[in-house]
Amino acid sequence: MRDEATFTVRAGLAEMLKGGVIMDVVDAEQAKIAEAAGAAAVMALERVPSDIRRDGGVARMSDPSMIRGIQEAVTIPVMAKARIGHFVEAQVLEALEVDYIDESEVLTPADEANHIDKWGFKVPFVCGATNLGEALRRIGEGAAMIRSKGEAGTGDIVEAVRHMRKINGEIRRLTTLDDAELATAAKELQSPLDLVRAVARDGKLPVVVFSAGGVATPADAALMMQLGAEGVFVGSGIFKSEDPERRAQAVVEATTHFQDPARIAAASEGLGQAMVSLESSKLESEQLLAQRGW
Amino acid sequence: MGRTVGVLALQGDFEAHGRMLRSLGAQVREVRVPADLDGLDGLVIPGGESTTMTLGIEREGLAEPLRELGAAGTPVLGTCAGLIMLDRDHLGMMDLRAERNAFGRQVRSFEADLEIDGIAGGPVRAVFIRAPWVAEHGDGVEVLAAVDGHPVVVREGNLLAISFHPELTGESRIHERFLALVRDAAAA
Repeated sequence: MRDEATFTVRAGLAEMLKGGVIMDVVDAEQAKIAEAAGAAAVMALERVPSDIRRDGGVARMSDPSMIRGIQEAVTIPVMAKARIGHFVEAQVLEALEVDYIDESEVLTPADEANHIDKWGFKVPFVCGATNLGEALRRIGEGAAMIRSKGEAGTGDIVEAVRHMRKINGEIRRLTTLDDAELATAAKELQSPLDLVRAVARDGKLPVVVFSAGGVATPADAALMMQLGAEGVFVGSGIFKSEDPERRAQAVVEATTHFQDPARIAAASEGLGQAMVSLESSKLESEQLLAQRGW
Repeated sequence: MGRTVGVLALQGDFEAHGRMLRSLGAQVREVRVPADLDGLDGLVIPGGESTTMTLGIEREGLAEPLRELGAAGTPVLGTCAGLIMLDRDHLGMMDLRAERNAFGRQVRSFEADLEIDGIAGGPVRAVFIRAPWVAEHGDGVEVLAAVDGHPVVVREGNLLAISFHPELTGESRIHERFLALVRDAAAA
């Protein structure tokens, strides 16, 4: 007998993506470039985060025909984004048989209080987090993969670093607590106690953790890997740069050889201009995407 | 004495294989460049994205050294993407052709209990994730398990290829079987 959509099956695909780079693409042509450069998966969306930031307005799930076009163009997994709390967009993406749904703060939230109940879906979900409590709440809701949020569309790595250090620092702290203190920690983290206990026991989250938001260079990708990410998402960083093909290859190479500075140096040579970047500390608070989600 | 087993670490779930092999007493070395292959008693090609892995093997110049390793009789275990790497269209180390994503997209991924020839102690809990199957194979390839008539566990000499992920379920019998091949090859 076959058991589909078990937690092992849903979280298992993220295990296969480890050590890889997931790239934002807006059409089939970009998807092919990403695949040929060694991307482990692509994220299909209508506008990359830097354009969403520039254009303003409501950012929604992509047109299904555009997602289908990308599914037909490549054989690697295709992910797509739904708005936070917009469970019907998620139902649509499941009907399209995307391989992973990103319930994403990059799109405009549809529900100010509730995230999607992800247990009700066969397709696995990845969700963003800025700290351990947020990560565990998402896992409690059924997320099968976590990514640090960073500040998407800026090309500034500082927020991704903050979020990854925060998550890992809080995990390390949990491993030093006794049972009574773990119950208090669960309350403070606003997270399910059974997940808090599991993290304290294992010293890691029960799902794969990638980094996202602000990766623009091979060295940025390797930095996040050395800080404990198990792979990276690159949004605007590839296709908003001067030479997307070479930069995509270079980020893939630096992610594999993240512990080898000579290889990161070689990969970083002559890539042309990185994406036009914004310093995230200079953004107004209403422009910060990482604050979306609760 | 523990043998040294390499795990191809270009991309994929190589850490899970490493943990499993270490728990069974093997020394583990991550393989990213040809020099990492020197003196290995066995090699695992893990699950991951086969396109990413193919490009990585090309970039690192690993294809020929990997073929030589297999031709020298060193046991190799390929799981999922690893099975694809071993087929005629990729490294060409086994006389078979893999069908990629044969069961369908992620929503068709599944787990099931699977009886495998030569693995005693009841069925293996097998997790198939966007898994391939063996579409056709030569006479020298022995089919040890199949799903719906499609081979998912095959052996050709010291090369063992599997569609699913024993490393994800805490199932150690596949790796034990592989390490037995490694010991026998080293003793020969």
